[in-house]
Order: sequence, then structure tokens, then C-alpha cells
Amino acid sequence: MIPAIVVFLYLAAVLYIGIFAFRRASSKAEAEDYFLASRSLGPFVFLFSLFGTNMTAFAILGSSGHAFTNGIVTFGLMASSSGLIIPLTIFLIGTRVWALGKKHGFMTPVQMFRDRWECSHIGTVIFVVQAVLLVPYIIIGIMGGGTTLYTISNGLVPFWFGGAIVAMVVMSYVFFGGMRGTAWVNTFQTVLFLCFGAIALIVIGVGMGGFRSAATAIQASPMASLLTRERISPYYFFSYTFIPLSAIAFPHILIFCLTARKMAQFKKTVIFYPICILAIWLPCVFLGVMANRVTDVPEIRAKQEARRVLATQGRTMEPEKRDELREQSAGDDVIMLLLHRYAPLWLAGLLGAGIMAAVMASDSQILALSTMFTEDVFAFYGGKARFGEHVQVQTGRLFIILITIFAYAVALRAPETIFELAIQYAFSGYAALSPLLVAALFWKGSTKWGALAVTVWSASTVVAVAILQSVVPAPAPGPATILWAPGGVEVLSRTPGGTAVFGFMPVVPMVIVSTLLMIVVSLLTKKPDKATLAKYFGGR
Amino acid sequence: MKKILLVVAVAVLYVLHQDIWFWRSPYLVFGFIPIGLFYHGCFSVAAALLMWLLVTYAWPSHLEGEVEEADTREERRA
Repeated sequence: MIPAIVVFLYLAAVLYIGIFAFRRASSKAEAEDYFLASRSLGPFVFLFSLFGTNMTAFAILGSSGHAFTNGIVTFGLMASSSGLIIPLTIFLIGTRVWALGKKHGFMTPVQMFRDRWECSHIGTVIFVVQAVLLVPYIIIGIMGGGTTLYTISNGLVPFWFGGAIVAMVVMSYVFFGGMRGTAWVNTFQTVLFLCFGAIALIVIGVGMGGFRSAATAIQASPMASLLTRERISPYYFFSYTFIPLSAIAFPHILIFCLTARKMAQFKKTVIFYPICILAIWLPCVFLGVMANRVTDVPEIRAKQEARRVLATQGRTMEPEKRDELREQSAGDDVIMLLLHRYAPLWLAGLLGAGIMAAVMASDSQILALSTMFTEDVFAFYGGKARFGEHVQVQTGRLFIILITIFAYAVALRAPETIFELAIQYAFSGYAALSPLLVAALFWKGSTKWGALAVTVWSASTVVAVAILQSVVPAPAPGPATILWAPGGVEVLSRTPGGTAVFGFMPVVPMVIVSTLLMIVVSLLTKKPDKATLAKYFGGR
Repeated sequence: MKKILLVVAVAVLYVLHQDIWFWRSPYLVFGFIPIGLFYHGCFSVAAALLMWLLVTYAWPSHLEGEVEEADTREERRA
């Protein structure tokens, strides 16, 4: 129970920070103050809150779980590629969006797109697609909170109650503190989970009697492939470098870019982003791999046994049985199991708080949805002009309550795997939407019809991949099921982990076709007025 | 010239991410860190250095100038 008490103390601290931010807020309840903290965040808060916003439960739980099953490839696949691509996009796109937001008062990406391409309803279509792709994050955040509290308290706090507590805490500090509260809480949380990796590594390393013997034993065993990247194909590895393109296209990240006081604030964020990723992911991935040598935790042994059965008998099993085994072998809780085994109770509580910090990253998505709804729908369709800015902020707060209740209700009823899958699709969907930003900021010739084509394509392919994967069951570990191979060329196949197009992940053709659609459709359609282009490109 | 070199540096680092040369090696650096993980840890540090170069030599300071200009115009109007 001690770890659960530490986690509850942490939740109380988070709530206090949010309420404190509310007391610092402007008494006039202006939209820009509530939704963007008056564009006033300093360098430290900007770096940590932007980084924390982008790190979800997956950074700690998912990364170690993925590494437990797939080995060290997890780091190169998801972390080091993000360490290059994400700061690069913040440098190239984030700074430009910040400058345009300052100059023209934009608060959401859709506001910028509407102005840049002189469109109204096409902006609404982009809003709908962005919003739909964002909702699964909020649901999974609440589910993660419920599961973590349940595990940390050894089942004393039931899932429904843990989820409700996390939902209430997040809703409260977003409701009261707006962007300022969210940014401060994110900063606190990021510091906490940056410390998590190093402390967990030391505690578990000491508990295991050092890593040297564990690593050497894995090297000499049939599990040696976990120390290499054999389990993933180079095509799949290359495909994954397209996924981090999604980060800058996420509305909550782009909206965060608008909160910096000065453009100089971006400098530290761009430089330190890869180091922050390294500090969190490297220990978690390493511990996930090393967990395979822990022989005295029955839950870990059961996972390994399920993995073994899946590998040896999976081909002859019913798809349902395979899915069941896949779920049993999933390693998302290995790091918690290692902490239970090796950390003293009070430290397990503190580290549990670090995990909660990562799980609760849904705050900025809730705020982003509220900002988008009030600016892109309520204000755009006349609500602000009719009822005033005060009502706009109150509408935003009401929206926060409604979306949290909706997410909690869904979290109680739906299986978690559905939303985990939805998030996978969302990453590809947002990556496919990234050409919108590049075209809006760097290409005079882009048009609203090009933007519409990109948006419709991105949404349709996300739906198509989702349908395909629900209709065709995943094969057992090993060769993929070929679905379409005209003339012997493998075009479409179902792999154990998803779908492959010419051996690549779907995100590769999605981004390439998206870019081509933007170019071709824009070349065929009418460009915005010269005055609009001058606003964005000056005399260039 | 400076900008071209930086673009080349970004492209080179992107290529270096696809390190097929350590793909199947289970060699342990310092006796416990798998070589592939060690390489990508170093890659992250190299990415931070590249970002420092970009911020130092290719910072879009004209954007700051444009914002300041717009702010001054706004103040004058007010």
C-alpha cells in the first residue's frame, strides 16, 4: 500500500500546481491567456513541457515491453530516429509557426491553414480528422492511469476507481490552470520521469548483482538475437523513421510551439531533445532486454513461456488463441515487475509516480482539443462574436469536462488493445498529414484543394489499414501472409505486427502519396491571392 | 556554403541511422552494453551536436526580426 500512498501524494502535488497556475492567471479570462498561457513560457518550462507533452506511457512501459519481446532494436526504431527527426521539425516548422502565431494571432493549426489557403469548410474537415485521431490518446491515458494504480496498489485500488481518480486530477488542473497549469505540471512530470530511468537502472542493476553476468548469459543463450536487430527487417526499421514526422503535425505539439515567449526559447529545446530521449529510453530499453534473464519472477517466466509456445505452435493455432498468447507474452508491465522485485517499497512508490507522470500525458491532448473546438468551431462559426471571449473560455472549460467524461466512459467499457491499435494508426495518420505544414510554410504554389486531398487521403488510408487488420488476422511470428502479389511482386502482406506494403510499413506510401497529392492537386488548382502569399512569403 | 554543409550533415546522419553493419552483432561493449544499443546511444549524442550546429549556424533570425517589426507597428498603431 506504501507505493500507492506515494502515488496519491504525487497526484495531490500535481493538482496543487494546476490550482496555483489558476491563481496566477489573468483575471480577465482572455482566451489567449487560458489556451496559450499568454504566449509567455520561458526556456526551461518550454523545453520540459514540450518534451513531456510528446512522451506518453509508451516511453516507459511500452518501450521496455517492446524491448522485452524484440530486443535492443526498440531504441533505434523509436528513440534515436525521434531524436533526429523531431528536433529537426521543431527547428524548421515549429519556429515558423511560432512567428506566424505571434504576427497574426493564430492559436491553432487550422486557423493558420484557413488563412493561408483562404478556405473555411476545408479547415473544418482538417479539424475533424485531427480531432478524431487525437481522442484515442485521451482514452488510453485514463486506461493507463487505472491500470498503473491497480498494479502499484496490488489490486487494492480497482481499475474503475484508479481511472476515475486520474481523470478527475487531469481534468481539474486542465480546467483551472489551462495551458499554464498544463505546462507547469508537464515540467514537473518530465523532471520526475527523466530521473526515473537512471534511478530504476541503478536500483535494478544492484538488485540483479550487476548487468554483466545477465548480458553475457543472454549472449550465450538462444535469446542472443535480443542483443541484435535480427527480429526486425531493415525495411521495417527504415519505415519507422517516417513515424516521428507525426510529432509536429499533432495539434497539441503545434499549439505548444505557440506558447514560447521568444523564439530563442526553441534553441534549448532543439538541442536537448535528443538527450532527453536518450535519458528516458536507453535505460528502459536496456532493462526490458535484461528482464529476460530474471528467473525468479513467475510473471516474467509465464510471459516467456507464452512467447515460446507462440513461436513453436503459433502457425497451427486458431487466430483467437494466438491473440490470447500474444496478450499473455506482452511485456508492458515488466519494468513494474522488476521494481516490485528489486526496489524497496518507498522507492517503488516514487518510481510508480514517475510512471504515472508518463501515463498522465493526456492533459495536453485534452487542452488542445478544447482549444481547437473553441477556436476552429465555436469562434469561427460566430460564437465568439456573439457571446464574447469570456463565454468562449467557459465553453472551452465545459468541453474539457465533457471530453473527460466521454473518455472515462469509453475507457470502462472498451478493451485497451483497440485503442493501442488506434494510436498506432494515429501516428501514421498524422505523419501523412505533415505535408500540409511543409506546403503551407514553404511552398507558395500550394492550394486548399491540395490540402483537402492530403487530408482525405490520410483519413481514408488510416481507415483502410484498420479494416484490413481487423479482417485479416495477424499470422504467428515468422513469415508474413501475402495478400496481393501481382506477377510475383509482394505488394501487400499481413505481418505479425501489422501490415506491409512492398515490405515497408504503410506510413511510407502514406507520406509519399500525400506529398504527391499536395503537389499534383495544387498545380492543377487556383492559388491564393497575391496579398495572402505576400503575408506568408513577403517579397520572396 | 554553410547551409549546404549542414544539409549534407543532416542527410549523412539520417543514413548513419540505418546501421546495417551492426545488425546481427551481439558484441557487448564494456562487457554489458550491446553494440547496437551503444551505437544508437552515441547516435543520439551526435544528433544533439548536429542540432547545436543548426541552431548556431542556421538560426532563422529573420523570423524574430519580422515579429519585432510587426510588434513595433502594432504599438505605433495603438
